[in-house]
Amino acid sequence: MYPDPKISDFINQNFIAVKNHIKENPEGFKRFGAQWTPTVIIADPHGVERYRFEGFLPSDEFLPQIEFGLAKEEFAAGDFAGAEPLFRKIVYTHPNADIAPEALYWAGVAKYKGSGDASALAETATAFQSRYADSVWAKKASIWRG
Amino acid sequence: MSVSWNKNVDSALHRASEENKPLFLDFSAAPM
Repeated sequence: MYPDPKISDFINQNFIAVKNHIKENPEGFKRFGAQWTPTVIIADPHGVERYRFEGFLPSDEFLPQIEFGLAKEEFAAGDFAGAEPLFRKIVYTHPNADIAPEALYWAGVAKYKGSGDASALAETATAFQSRYADSVWAKKASIWRG
Repeated sequence: MSVSWNKNVDSALHRASEENKPLFLDFSAAPM
């Protein structure tokens, strides 16, 4: 997937990228608890893990996963206003990706945490009634319905 | 454009901290 310019451009623009090969750097695997290949870990600028996924993914699933990881990193840093549009962009630009329902859920959470307005959660629960209704994330959001 | 890979985690961490950018860590067994 890395030859795909959409993916390599996104990585170069948003991250400092590190390649760990099992034969060249087995201690790097131990340091981050990587137990299988391929594994991708997104960590904050101090090396604290914020998101990981394991196993091969085709490009159309890989890109939304790393976009989600960037959004989770911003969320964990407390930048909810920055994280919300990143989560929402995944839903709009990759609506059929496996990560899209989870991105919709966290967009609502980020909006709520940034604004303190609980209607953001109710709106998210309502949105799940018209899309991703069979996902586990729709079930998790169902508690927010008024 | 290909990915600008670092191979040293500590120097990448130093850069990440300086540039306030998150790290993207790829763990692979694929032929280099």
